[in-house]
Amino acid sequence: MVPVPSNAIIPERDIDKTPILETHHLGIDFGGLTAVDEFSLTVGRTEIAGLIGPNGAGKTTVFNLLTNVYQPTRGDIILDGRTTARKTAAQVSRMGIARTFQNIRLFSEMSVIDNVKVGLHNSINQSLAASITHLFGYGKSEKKSRDEALELLDFFNMADLAEHQAGSLPYGEQRRLEIARALATHPCIILLDEPAAGMNPSETTELMENIRRIRDNFHIAVMLIEHDMNLVMNICEGICVLDHGKVIAKGSPEEIKSNPAVIEAYLGRKKEAAEDAEG
Amino acid sequence: MKKTRKLNKFTLTNIKAYGIVILAFIILYPMQSAGLISNSISGQLVPICTYIVMAISLNLTVGFLGELSLGHAGFMSVGAFTGVITAICLQNAVPAPALRLLIAIIAGGIFAGIAGLVIGIPVLRLRGDYLAIVTLAFGEIIKNIINCLYVGVDASGLHISMTNADALGMVNGQLILNGPQGAVGITKMASLTAGVILILFTLFVVLNFVNSKTGRAVTAIRDNRIAAESVGIGVTRYKLTAFIISAALAGMAGALYAMNFSTIAAKKFDFNTSILILVFVVLGGMGNIVGSIIATALLYMLPELLRGVADYRMLVYAIVLIAVMLATNSEKAKQLWERTSFKLKNNKEKERGEG
Repeated sequence: MVPVPSNAIIPERDIDKTPILETHHLGIDFGGLTAVDEFSLTVGRTEIAGLIGPNGAGKTTVFNLLTNVYQPTRGDIILDGRTTARKTAAQVSRMGIARTFQNIRLFSEMSVIDNVKVGLHNSINQSLAASITHLFGYGKSEKKSRDEALELLDFFNMADLAEHQAGSLPYGEQRRLEIARALATHPCIILLDEPAAGMNPSETTELMENIRRIRDNFHIAVMLIEHDMNLVMNICEGICVLDHGKVIAKGSPEEIKSNPAVIEAYLGRKKEAAEDAEG
Repeated sequence: MKKTRKLNKFTLTNIKAYGIVILAFIILYPMQSAGLISNSISGQLVPICTYIVMAISLNLTVGFLGELSLGHAGFMSVGAFTGVITAICLQNAVPAPALRLLIAIIAGGIFAGIAGLVIGIPVLRLRGDYLAIVTLAFGEIIKNIINCLYVGVDASGLHISMTNADALGMVNGQLILNGPQGAVGITKMASLTAGVILILFTLFVVLNFVNSKTGRAVTAIRDNRIAAESVGIGVTRYKLTAFIISAALAGMAGALYAMNFSTIAAKKFDFNTSILILVFVVLGGMGNIVGSIIATALLYMLPELLRGVADYRMLVYAIVLIAVMLATNSEKAKQLWERTSFKLKNNKEKERGEG
């Protein structure tokens, strides 16, 4: 039996394999403010992990640290056995981490299919000379990127929207397109920042189904920030709860649901509530 | 079905762009040969061609890369003087003027491209207004450097000085660049044909570039830099690529422009010229190549056509600019346009139905 670190919340099928993502004592300060501190986490190869916490707990900051949008003040990030220290956001993406954004960031002036093609950028072999002359294998590389992009769009039932302008899509489809674009980079882990925000219950159900399909089809790990507890408790195998930049609980959905520290972070302490009522 | 639609969109822009240029050439060339065009307008044909190339290349920076560059004339200047020096140096080695012109244009493009690289590395780290101001500064720096540059050629090769013409120390040499007075003794080699070929080349490069992997990366950076980084696109590299291509094309235009005159000075390529080109791009529509071509041709000819109103020429020019801006940006005008085109379409369909 492989020794598992005490903080691990890896599903059993992934236990024998090296984790896809590990962070050790990660922390970042903005000026004098410590936004995230002592953030240690392990995510398994094909795990669906959840990162939850009250507003302003530092969840998106963690995502920005993992994708090197921010450089950590302390700690290490190990992605697939390699450190991501001193890499740019683009380099980390090429190492196999993909993400979506809380406030959707599409290439809104471009068509739906071109958005996905941009995601395929690093897997399409087309030289600058081919780009300018449209010779030297341009046709072949364009066909490959088109086919792959359509395949991805088809996965999300969006193939018929391929030529639409991305910015003109309805909200839910923009979210799906953002996920498709992220998957186009051939990641080994995808980070979803509030994927269900602004969705109605039926759309959320569809999203849950899609997240499972992503994991099963692409054999990758999914880590998501979400406020919709129904979604989190339904699909996440491991959950990490963040409050004021610190991890206050880790474990399976059942453990998290009954954890007093979590309930306190979300609902406040009983005593305080009573005092508030008196005051 | 889908595929043909996509293909059509790309080819449609191509056909429009190439078509307009070729059509204009087919009409203008015989007219010019037959002497049907007045001298003053005939003399403007090559400058119009070069300004169209300038506008298309600036559109790559402003429209597709999404960065405001106020120093585009600087690259034109580098290309112009490199081209002149190359052409004069090769006067004996390459007797055929067409070939000499081609080499001069290529040299102008290469040197302007290098200038684009050198300037682009620091400048493209900035964003928005800051970038615009620094490009403005670089444009002026280029102008001022060329303003105090003395270049001559003799049997032993090129001589360069920054003090005065005597410091060149030439023996029986020919002075090419005489400081603030600019380049002298240029053989006029530019022609409408050369200009149109250069436009077609520029269209080929820019339209292909925009519809390619690299071009998509550039447009993606414009639309959302953070998202582009998140899918693994190295922002600096692609910004630089687009900027260098834009600069190189401007250099080629500059070389052709210079070959249209017997003398040319650096002050021709100042801030006003950069702004003029920017006006063409903005009025033609950012990211709209066909628009750049039409706007340049019309706006460049406008002052010429307004000679009749003499003193009020620039006033009328300014009013026309404002009117065009208002017309193209107002919602009402757009609605009106849509309604008319809709009606036309309906009428056509009706006719078809009846017939």
